[in-house]
Amino acid sequence: MSTIKVPTMAEMIAAGETPEILFWVGCSGSFDDRAKKITKAIVRILNHVNIKFAILGSEEGCTGDPAKRAGNEFLYQMQAMQNITVMNGYNVKKIVTGCPHCFNTIKNEYPALGGNYEVVHHTQLVQELIDQGKLKVQGGEFKGKKIVFHDPCYLGRANDVYEAPRNVIEKLDVELAEMKRSKAKGLCCGAGGAQMFKEAEKGTKEVNTERAEEALALNPDVIAVGCPFCNTMMTDGVKHFNKEDKTKVLDVAELIANANDL
Amino acid sequence: MISSIIFALLLLGASAYFTINVRNIRRNILLGKDIPLADNKGERLKTMLLVALGQQKMFSRPIPAILHLFLYTAFIITQIELIEIIVDGISGSHRIFRESLGGLYTFAISFIEILSVLAFIGTIAFLARRNLLKVPRLVMNELNGWPKLDANFILLGELTLICFIFMMNGADEVLYSKGISHATNLNDGSLGLSISKHIGPLLFGSMSDNGLHLVERIGWWGHILIVFGFLNYLPFSKHLHIVLGFPNTYFSNLKPKGEFTTLDAVTDVVAPNFDPAYVAKTDPNNPVRFGVKDVQDLTWKNLMDAYSCTECGRCTSSCPQNITGKALSPRKIMMDTRDRLEEVGKNIDKNKGTFVDDGKSLIGDYIKHEEIWACNTCNACVQECPVNIDPLAIIVEIRRYLVMEESNTRPELNNMFSNIENNGAPWQFSQADRANWVNEQ
Repeated sequence: MSTIKVPTMAEMIAAGETPEILFWVGCSGSFDDRAKKITKAIVRILNHVNIKFAILGSEEGCTGDPAKRAGNEFLYQMQAMQNITVMNGYNVKKIVTGCPHCFNTIKNEYPALGGNYEVVHHTQLVQELIDQGKLKVQGGEFKGKKIVFHDPCYLGRANDVYEAPRNVIEKLDVELAEMKRSKAKGLCCGAGGAQMFKEAEKGTKEVNTERAEEALALNPDVIAVGCPFCNTMMTDGVKHFNKEDKTKVLDVAELIANANDL
Repeated sequence: MISSIIFALLLLGASAYFTINVRNIRRNILLGKDIPLADNKGERLKTMLLVALGQQKMFSRPIPAILHLFLYTAFIITQIELIEIIVDGISGSHRIFRESLGGLYTFAISFIEILSVLAFIGTIAFLARRNLLKVPRLVMNELNGWPKLDANFILLGELTLICFIFMMNGADEVLYSKGISHATNLNDGSLGLSISKHIGPLLFGSMSDNGLHLVERIGWWGHILIVFGFLNYLPFSKHLHIVLGFPNTYFSNLKPKGEFTTLDAVTDVVAPNFDPAYVAKTDPNNPVRFGVKDVQDLTWKNLMDAYSCTECGRCTSSCPQNITGKALSPRKIMMDTRDRLEEVGKNIDKNKGTFVDDGKSLIGDYIKHEEIWACNTCNACVQECPVNIDPLAIIVEIRRYLVMEESNTRPELNNMFSNIENNGAPWQFSQADRANWVNEQ
């Protein structure tokens, strides 16, 4: 694994360069220890194909997604307008996000507040790179393994992106298994709608336990995810059933980066 | 002559009462706030044709979809026969279109008969699913009382209706073969109705001529009385979806499901901090409530959603929180919204056209806080609804009210809010450290 190169927007502009794409890291990808590995996997892919990209670094702030889903429209709009001011200042055109929640918010909700960008989720970018022949992938350590993909609600139902992550996984020469509740019928991991940041309401079961149980019933080697919050929830769910030795929870970006020693 | 007058009066009365109740429902729906949905007519029409007329979303669950299709097609096609019944009823004629339409007539009525048999099977299956098999989504607590009764009433009404159709047609077949039907005799020996030409003689073959005429009349009048009754039962029933399913899908949200509305009133407060030249979008002299406390704060589309709900529970059976035993049920959100709206409507009727505060509201008196705070905003309910109802929109609007008007939310969410406000992240990390991961091993 080579060292990663991650310039900030400010550094690039100072050097007189314009990045092709802005990598929106997100709060989870910046601060959560598990999610940082996903962030680095995305960077390894970007470095490998020599895309000129930049991050906002300390100029990036929460998109406002959890505030908006929880009903705090004031806080959401404060965050959104700060971010839009920064990005418009840098004349940002295209963004790749490491998180479906950031993806959805910037893509669908920022335009109403003056932020108009082409936004892709990292699985879409990876597919694009493969389709353009810029990224060649092999199965590596995952070849022949059984992988089940858990649809993130904010990539799937919220934005009808079901195929990009699956197409990318299939390039790894694996057995892609489907849960009964998949794609448009996918079951939430339990984190969305700001549930990640609060105790569950009174009930009989945790949502992530329900979902992990469904995935583990297929006896997969890997539960693939495309969202850092799904990753946390599914990892906890797998641990709940003491299956962490048999079944790993990995982001699609990690599958690609690890299989190809990027 | 007398029967024609009775029929005309019944037709007039049934239509008038229905019109009054439809106008009430329209009035109630328009209590909601305006929302511009007049755009994209082509795509809206396409959505309506696919989702409502074409039953597109029903087929994600094939068994109930096919059973429902039997009832649905029978209902739609039967309207053709209804035209003749109304003309016959008023003019005193009998099977007035048979002679002029010829083979087409025999085909149409025969087709209706076959669909009626399928609808009969579908109805029995639906009754069984509710009362014997107890399909989970059809026996949940929120359906106790009137909703369960309502569903069974409709199904039993449909069974009776179909029985009347076959009494009417079956007896008439026997009468016709004896040459004493009131239908014009074309000397062809049989009306040629696909089902009745077989079951008519079987059931009524041994009856006297007077008996046959009586059975035929009971069938004819019974059928039309149930139709009139059904028409006027609709406005008081979950079954209104057979009408509202069409406009409700026409006015579907055409944006990505993940896109939540942007509150202009909030933008007017926030935007001037970033752009001094910003021009307000809302009238500052007319302050609005943030979010939704009661039904009048919802949009007319939210309220139409509530009247369009037939309580099938596909939403609830796909809700991750409901599946794991939480109080949230998207179906209950819709039922509560409709029930509260009905209550507000009656309040307005009673108080000569103005709403007098009754100290109640949708949140609190109907929907509990633990329902609102359980939602994952995952859109499973929105995806599932066969008539494109959006329970999530109502949940989010109520959250907005609770947070921005009452500061009444779960304490952990307040922590998350202050973290975002102070650090630009939902956790307690400094924004300055955001790129520290780059240099970490």
